[in-house]
Amino acid sequence: MTTPTPAPVQTNKAGFSKNDYRGLPSTLCQGCGHNSISNQIITACYELDIVPEEIMKFSGIGCSSKSPAYFLNRSFGFNGLHGRMSSLATGALFADTTLRAIGVSGDGDTASIGMGGFKHMVRRNVPIVYIVENNGVYGLTKGQFSATAEVGLNLKHQGTNQYMPVDICMEALASNATFVARSFAGDAKQVKELLKAALSHHGVAVLDIISPCVTFNNQEDATHSYTWGKDHEAPLHEISFIPALDEIELQGEFVEGTVREVSMHDGSTVLLKKLEKDYDPTSRTNAFQMLESAQLNNWLVTGLLYIDESKPTLTESFNLVDTPLNRLADPDLRPAPETIDKINAMMF
Amino acid sequence: MTEKVINDFSVTIATVNGSGSQTANVTLLRALFKMGIPVSGKNLFPSNIQGLPTWYTIRVSKDGFIARRDEQELVVTLNPVSFARDLASVQPGGAFFYADDIKLPIARSDISVYPMPVKQMARAANVSTALRDYISNMVYVGILAHMLGIDMETIQQALGFHFKGKAEAIDSNFNTIKAAADWAAQNLEKSDPFSVAQMDSTSGFVMADGNTAAALGAIYGGLQFAAWYPITPASTLAESLNVYLPQLRKTTDGKQTYAVLQAEDELAAVGMAIGAGWGGLRSMTSTSGPGISLMAEYAGLAYFAEVPVVIWDVQRLGPSTGLPTRTAQGDLTEAYFLSHGDKQNIILLPGSVQECFEFGWKALDLAEHFQAPIFVLSDLDLGMNQWMTKPFEYPNTPLERGKVLWEADLEKLKGIWGRYKDSDGDGIPFRTVPGNKHPSAAWFGRGTGHDENARYTEDASTWESNMARLKKKYETARTLVPKPIIKAAKGATVGIIAYGSTEPAVEEARALLKHAGGPKTAFLRLRSLPCTAEVQNFIKKYEHIYIVEANRDGQLRQILSALLPDHAPSFRSACHSDGLPLTAKWVKETILAQEEK
Repeated sequence: MTTPTPAPVQTNKAGFSKNDYRGLPSTLCQGCGHNSISNQIITACYELDIVPEEIMKFSGIGCSSKSPAYFLNRSFGFNGLHGRMSSLATGALFADTTLRAIGVSGDGDTASIGMGGFKHMVRRNVPIVYIVENNGVYGLTKGQFSATAEVGLNLKHQGTNQYMPVDICMEALASNATFVARSFAGDAKQVKELLKAALSHHGVAVLDIISPCVTFNNQEDATHSYTWGKDHEAPLHEISFIPALDEIELQGEFVEGTVREVSMHDGSTVLLKKLEKDYDPTSRTNAFQMLESAQLNNWLVTGLLYIDESKPTLTESFNLVDTPLNRLADPDLRPAPETIDKINAMMF
Repeated sequence: MTEKVINDFSVTIATVNGSGSQTANVTLLRALFKMGIPVSGKNLFPSNIQGLPTWYTIRVSKDGFIARRDEQELVVTLNPVSFARDLASVQPGGAFFYADDIKLPIARSDISVYPMPVKQMARAANVSTALRDYISNMVYVGILAHMLGIDMETIQQALGFHFKGKAEAIDSNFNTIKAAADWAAQNLEKSDPFSVAQMDSTSGFVMADGNTAAALGAIYGGLQFAAWYPITPASTLAESLNVYLPQLRKTTDGKQTYAVLQAEDELAAVGMAIGAGWGGLRSMTSTSGPGISLMAEYAGLAYFAEVPVVIWDVQRLGPSTGLPTRTAQGDLTEAYFLSHGDKQNIILLPGSVQECFEFGWKALDLAEHFQAPIFVLSDLDLGMNQWMTKPFEYPNTPLERGKVLWEADLEKLKGIWGRYKDSDGDGIPFRTVPGNKHPSAAWFGRGTGHDENARYTEDASTWESNMARLKKKYETARTLVPKPIIKAAKGATVGIIAYGSTEPAVEEARALLKHAGGPKTAFLRLRSLPCTAEVQNFIKKYEHIYIVEANRDGQLRQILSALLPDHAPSFRSACHSDGLPLTAKWVKETILAQEEK
């Protein structure tokens, strides 16, 4: 087979083209917020020079959970059970702790069926970027309420929701998450920068991304719709992420004196440009207060709500050997023959 | 006094749960074992931390029969609540030992009755009030030691083992035992015929429980990841991992080649184990029936996405919460078919403590070989009671890692491979695991329909051929799982099939049948599902096949009837489930009653 001379392909520092980060064509609805998030994952990984084989992808069940097939085709992935990605990823991360994990869940998958596992994953500081593509509705089963749907939401065939919504960021904070952010799928730049920060975070990074369902929940007044999101988004700051190896240069749009730097464990930096609110994301109390006032004032606050780089991750707390566990063989795994007599002598 | 009975009786000790009597009971058991007498101990305990009645039965048997018996020749009670029942349970001609502070009527003249000054001697012991309850249990140890003739030396050895050589604890307990024995020598006149005498029938054995053995077996099987959630009677299995892994599996610089994680529930426990198995780790979880029920959905994922994982089920009495501290073999059909859709699971059925060790490592081999969940069904009796057992044997085959392709393998294949392709015709595909940096290594695991390259598809024929391959894989397993142990007998007309912890009862029943002039029996102890060819061959040979199980419905009979419908008419159920280990007498009588029909 002969191929025509290709045009020079642009590659990143790791030598990969953007194509190396793509997945299969999406089978989600046209205009679905989830597709835009997949694209930002591709771009964030490309821009961070991540080796695709060094990522593991996880998901549960639902529209959101299909999306890991639509990015990073060269990464291992596991689309597990509804609401159970948390445990699947927790176990898998012990196989090779040099790998990073990206999980994509939905509001039903996380806040309804998977709430227990989600909170335990968070409290264990499992090193994973955990994205909730939050649309307030069950799409794949054709439009039932999810636990993040707001009170008073009207859905065809379902009537009016009477129950208070679960706030995923609040739940994450309450479970001692070390990275909590909220964004809006319509704000592509912010999604990308938060993803980059999350990928550099040391521990669990929960990203609650409001991602409108164009088919079942996109009425103008619904809090998970495009129109509402655009009208009510209240960014806490303009966020920009500088990888460890880049020299930190404040970009033109950031004016000195209004920028807060957050140092990441791996040496990279998150730059937060103050908007009208003076917000410190290293204070958990601030984060709770911000979420509380957002609810009272009907704001969609977006940005980095909370970060703590100091806590050990789950896998770090185990003092594992340096070789990835899944590359260990017989002599490392089976105790020596002479030990068996000692063990038998320990019995009575 | 009637004729002496030496080394052939059962003694049951009734105490209050949480009073520390387990130490005293195990001390007696171990002392008898050290005297060379075949012995077994069954703890009949309540689901309670403190306060409810609890019983411990020790059987000594010069003939080596260690199954539970219903008959109690000797009964010791310290518990006023169970006093009347305990008294009634003594066999005629037996003996009843009771704490003399219990002032209740004793209206039996067909047994020997011995009061024990338990409170008085506990007060006399020089220990704190906090320890008084514990020390009072040593009073019956001393009195039984004197009355039965248990060697004081072996009691000291048992205490030394229990208290890990701590002199103060050993001495204070031993002093009470000695004082009680002396008191008995001066104050009690023996009027029963039961005693023990030194033998040489336990050399070459150790005493251990099945849960410890299972944990050790897994460790020698290269276990790398375990996740679990506390549940009676399985908790001590995972806890034993935490005891022995640090001793056996740390590198010289103190780093771990393993991780054990207590999960938030059984769903998460099996999920973590499956995640680790998918990641290429030798991985397991351990639970009991209620946990297995919770794991159902995940078990189907492991079956269908073909992920190696070992699931230990230390069975207790169900359904539902059932009786958490009673034993049963009631999870067989559940484990066999666990999860929705077409499937059968591979099941290992250890029948002894030594086999718990052996299947501990073999299960991990089979899981990786077949890329499937492997269920190991133990039970409370096997898992939590102390058994005399042959010492654990070092694995005789290297770790079996199955068909895993690494970078160099993919290089050789020029990157061309299919995750769910039956390249070898045995139904077992190749797999890669995360961390493999070859550009064609990655695949997308899923519980949804997939083609040979793990891509989602709803294509009808692809679905069907994948399911056919999974069935073929199961047929391959039929040739590689542990074969049954068969004890043939010339001229046998009756075949007995049993599995798991019922073996001692069946073996003894066979001897009883022989003694009673009943039918001559052959015995097959099943050690796995799917059944190997030997099972069918055995079944063909005998007119009647008795399938002995500790469950209500005859679950193995159900499975075998479906598997071998032509032979089903020869099957007769000998199943019984009341939470207690089966007795030989019951097995014998059940077979005889049906033979006489």
